[in-house]
Amino acid sequence: MRLLTHNMLSCNIKGVSNGFPLRLEAEKWVEKEVELNADFLRGIFPKIEWKALAGAARAIGYDALPDEADASMLDSDDFLSHFHHALLELHVEEGTLVCPETGRRFPINKGIPNMLLHEDEV
Amino acid sequence: MPRPEIQAPPEIFYNEAEARKYTTSSRIIEIQAKISERALELLSLPNDGVPRLLLDIGCGSGLSGETLSENGHHWIGYDISQSMLDVALEREAEGDLLLADMGQGLGLRPGVIDGAISISAVQWLCYADKSSHEPRMRLKAFFGSLYRCLARGARAVLQLYAENMNQSEMIMTYAMRAGFAGGVVVDWPHSSKARKAYLVLTCGPPSMQTSLPKGKGEDGGMCSDDDESGDDESQTVGIYDRNRPRKKLKVNKKGKGREWILKKKEQMRRKGHDVPPDTKYTARKRKARF
Repeated sequence: MRLLTHNMLSCNIKGVSNGFPLRLEAEKWVEKEVELNADFLRGIFPKIEWKALAGAARAIGYDALPDEADASMLDSDDFLSHFHHALLELHVEEGTLVCPETGRRFPINKGIPNMLLHEDEV
Repeated sequence: MPRPEIQAPPEIFYNEAEARKYTTSSRIIEIQAKISERALELLSLPNDGVPRLLLDIGCGSGLSGETLSENGHHWIGYDISQSMLDVALEREAEGDLLLADMGQGLGLRPGVIDGAISISAVQWLCYADKSSHEPRMRLKAFFGSLYRCLARGARAVLQLYAENMNQSEMIMTYAMRAGFAGGVVVDWPHSSKARKAYLVLTCGPPSMQTSLPKGKGEDGGMCSDDDESGDDESQTVGIYDRNRPRKKLKVNKKGKGREWILKKKEQMRRKGHDVPPDTKYTARKRKARF
């Protein structure tokens, strides 16, 4: 699971109003190189919740992202490369996603988060 | 052989053996690839070479996702079968995979997705595993969450195998209720083998939509699987406005006046019928719902 996906996921349990962001506990992760596309980054930037991205990156040990970001930073190649790396090149293989409101744990195995809800959570 | 959907729930039907077919059968792979290409085409993404963030709902073994990756897009895949996702991992699918049930809602933030495709998956929502309420709730949860997570102007293209008209209508109803506009594009409508139906859904006001493309099989082109000859017509069903026109009020005709009625009564008397006497109440205007 890349941090791009993590940034979009919200807890789906019935009654939960504040299910984003899911707290990331990463036990194993890998880096996979992906070609940088500035157009994509510029396009997706407005949709990214920056704090969640920076927080998740830090949870994996990647500290290069600033705490806050605005669109003007997209002109800097440095920023773009850090942004790209955090968003698309870090893959969490084993770990857990934790709902901020209920504490429910969604395990991540082989890079796949298990988001299946139990009967009573729907 | 009965439809997969009535044999077992998807997470059980798509076990390891079934999933294996998706790596080994070149025919299945080819068909899936074609359908995925068509679905991507129907998404009508801007032709600017900018990668988009898409969903592949019921991504299974990652075959359809491969089409998305080949076209440069990033995608998030949903599937309920661990076996199928394992195959996707084997095939090194480039999208992120989620083990999830689309009928429980997609669990994504609002307005973040640029488009969604689904190949042969959504009809599974129509089969009840536990109670008769279930399909409706699941369709509602699915379409509601899909509508919310799509960006304005984004589309969802769902290729599906509905068992019958009732099912198609049910699926359509819940899509519309969630706020989608759109319709069905049918390729090769007259060939039972090659026929494919794509539910093309759009978010946003109807004025922003481009018109639905015509289904394939319109120009009399022959599809390879089919030995029927003759005109193949495309079918496109558009659903644009959920508000049906109000029932027309009963038209208030001037009607036949008192004179005419008196004349008629006189005629009937001459014939010998029993006719009530003419009084001040004759030909009086009665209430509309007499």
